[in-house]
Amino acid sequence: MSQIVIRFVVGGTVVSLFAIVGDLLKPKSFAGLFGAAPSVALATLCLTVATEGASYAAIEAHSMMAGAIALFAYASFVSCVMMRYQLKAFWVTICVMPLWFAVAFGLWSLWLRS
Amino acid sequence: MRVRLDTSALRQTEWHQYAIRFVFGGLITAAAGMIAMQYGPVIGGLFLAFPAIFPAGATLIEKHEKVKKQKVGMRGMVRGRQAASVDAAGAAMGSVGLFIFALLVCEFISNHRAWMALLVATAAWLVVSVLLWQIRKRASTMRRKTHSGFKVNHVER
Repeated sequence: MSQIVIRFVVGGTVVSLFAIVGDLLKPKSFAGLFGAAPSVALATLCLTVATEGASYAAIEAHSMMAGAIALFAYASFVSCVMMRYQLKAFWVTICVMPLWFAVAFGLWSLWLRS
Repeated sequence: MRVRLDTSALRQTEWHQYAIRFVFGGLITAAAGMIAMQYGPVIGGLFLAFPAIFPAGATLIEKHEKVKKQKVGMRGMVRGRQAASVDAAGAAMGSVGLFIFALLVCEFISNHRAWMALLVATAAWLVVSVLLWQIRKRASTMRRKTHSGFKVNHVER
């Protein structure tokens, strides 16, 4: 339980710091880079190395590559939809979320499962 | 357009918006740990690149741009959507950097000091993302120049 609380606090802090840096930067396309900052990864991998060891963290990082490809597909699609259609950002970002799951788990079943 | 710091966004952001990002960031970090414990590091690792705070960030950007335009008497709907779209395009470039981050951590964390591997990988994320952003910016500037040059030639004829 205490480990979950530590993860929550460390993760929340690192994510917030990267988000604030993103808020401070202009133009928006540059600030957007921080929307894909390795904030959750840094918090998680630091704690994983401390508790489970570096080899375990390396396996997580290997899978993270598939997650990053899924994030690329997700962000690109959100960008296209927002530019072309008159839809609210909140609903687009939520409704496109299954695309991230499809790409991430598709890559997992094709590449990482074995 | 040059990269610059703009502190006005911090004044526009309300405390609950910071709290939302803290909570979502904390939740996904805790969830990634729990998923890894339950289903193993292969599944858990996928969630290290999950767009957990993306909806909150995009909504915030859309709102800020809309408010800016409304202050000068415009509706600001289109500007808000465009800003969120541009931000998402930036995130797509950042995700290429994130892939490189993961690749470097995977390669080096086991046989080097962990903090050093994470530091180098974070620097690589930033360098790759910024490079891609600059390449894209130059390409779009050139495209605009070519397009306007074509228009001039077309009119002259």
